[in-house]
Amino acid sequence: MSNSSTIPAEWSHRSRVTRLAIWAGWLALVALFVWCWQVMTETTIWAFVWDAPRQAGDIGGRMLPPEWSYLPELMQPLWDTLNIATLGTVGGVVLAVPVSLLAARNTTPSVVVLRPVALFIIVASRSINSLIWALLLVTIIGPGLLAGIIAIALRSIGFVGKLLYEAIEETDPKQIEAIRATGAGPAQVLTYGVVPQVMPALWGISVFRWDINIRESTILGLVGAGGIGLKLNASMAVLAWDQVTVILLLILATVVVSEWISAVIRRAII
Amino acid sequence: MSSQYPTTWRRPPQVLTDRRWRIALQVGLLIYLVLAFGSIDVNWQRVSEGLERGQRFVMGFLQPDFMSRWRDISQGLIESLTMTLTSSVVGVMISVPIGIGAARNLVPRPVYLVCRSIVAVSRSLQEVIVAIFLVAMFGFGPFAGFLTLTFATIGFIAKLLADDIEEIDETQAEAIRATGASWFQLLNYAIQPQVMPRLVGLSLYRLDINFRESAVIGIVGAGGIGATLNTAIDRYEYDSAGAILLIVIAIVMVAEYSSSYLRKFLQ
Repeated sequence: MSNSSTIPAEWSHRSRVTRLAIWAGWLALVALFVWCWQVMTETTIWAFVWDAPRQAGDIGGRMLPPEWSYLPELMQPLWDTLNIATLGTVGGVVLAVPVSLLAARNTTPSVVVLRPVALFIIVASRSINSLIWALLLVTIIGPGLLAGIIAIALRSIGFVGKLLYEAIEETDPKQIEAIRATGAGPAQVLTYGVVPQVMPALWGISVFRWDINIRESTILGLVGAGGIGLKLNASMAVLAWDQVTVILLLILATVVVSEWISAVIRRAII
Repeated sequence: MSSQYPTTWRRPPQVLTDRRWRIALQVGLLIYLVLAFGSIDVNWQRVSEGLERGQRFVMGFLQPDFMSRWRDISQGLIESLTMTLTSSVVGVMISVPIGIGAARNLVPRPVYLVCRSIVAVSRSLQEVIVAIFLVAMFGFGPFAGFLTLTFATIGFIAKLLADDIEEIDETQAEAIRATGASWFQLLNYAIQPQVMPRLVGLSLYRLDINFRESAVIGIVGAGGIGATLNTAIDRYEYDSAGAILLIVIAIVMVAEYSSSYLRKFLQ
């Protein structure tokens, strides 16, 4: 009876202190947002912003009707785009396999030295977009397909490497133990214990990444790395918005088809 | 008889069990690879000229120059960071009603279809392409970048939120409904407690993605660190470019670790 005064009359989900803390958190977020908004829009020219609907109408009017006669010219760049994505994926996977073997805790030869290096490679590759890689590579090895392929490959290392090393770490240790118990060397443990377990994951990840790479390779041409983006850039430079419509629709169709193919393949594998 | 047995074990094929299909697939792959490699047209002279530049870039990466362009870099970073935060907040605010509208178990069919098509449009258009159009409409600068990232955030958050709402535990919604709750009360007491932790997690993840993307859309004129990076590369100032890339990598790493820590803390 003595502690009945401490029991509140009404039930509430949280205590007063947590409610206050949550409220303060929201207040801080709103304040931060307002401050960021002011800093960001400091240099904005509002006349351009208010003018935007008219500009949008103008561009929209020029984009229609699409110039369909431009379509046959786009087939060669489209083939190039597919090659950039596919060869880039192959290159990325080939480079990612050793990196992920070094990064996985159960296969790495040295946890202290090689594992951090491999993890840094993975993070660096993941945090730099393929468009930035392409921008760099175009200035280094010149414009063309090769720059695009290498850009896609470098970008894919991080993605494939991260997912693959997680798959390797999740392998069943009992199977590896069993192989080791037969007297197998390290290479044999890898081929008979680890590889069969991660092979389905590797295929799934590669096809998934290929699908993303198709998307990314369509815009690499904007910085000169070949493919259909080159045509997009050229059409926009001469303000041929009706050609831009055709290119965008073609890109959209390619992305949808590649997504469908990757979904079918992944369902067959997994 | 014993010589018939192979000495090493090989795993039998799993997916394509017919030998003829496997051969056809391998031959097809080979033909494709030959054709694809044939389509690469490399100007080796240009490559060898560029290798010296590549070496300078690697040197720039190893000895980054943070100081000489620090004003441009800090300006770009501030633009990128403010753009990231504002677009994430606005994007999440817009995507919550759209996400609720795109959940099949909450709304009538026409609303569902409209919201799902908004999500599909936002997801299928690439950030860079959207940025090109928005820069053409709204002029150069971070405001166009803010709009691009907001647009991309809507598709991402709304889709994952809608999928989440569709997968909630129906018994809890049923219990609230049985008390005679209205639609908004259902939302508040049955749906919101179940999806809130995940929504916070997704928003933090999107914040991380938006920062990465803000480095890219600057290349087409939408402001931020990408614009600074583009200028540095155009001027062949590889030491400044290396510094910018290192800063981007560092911020992404910090964002990734802190957001995964926060998500663990919240769940």
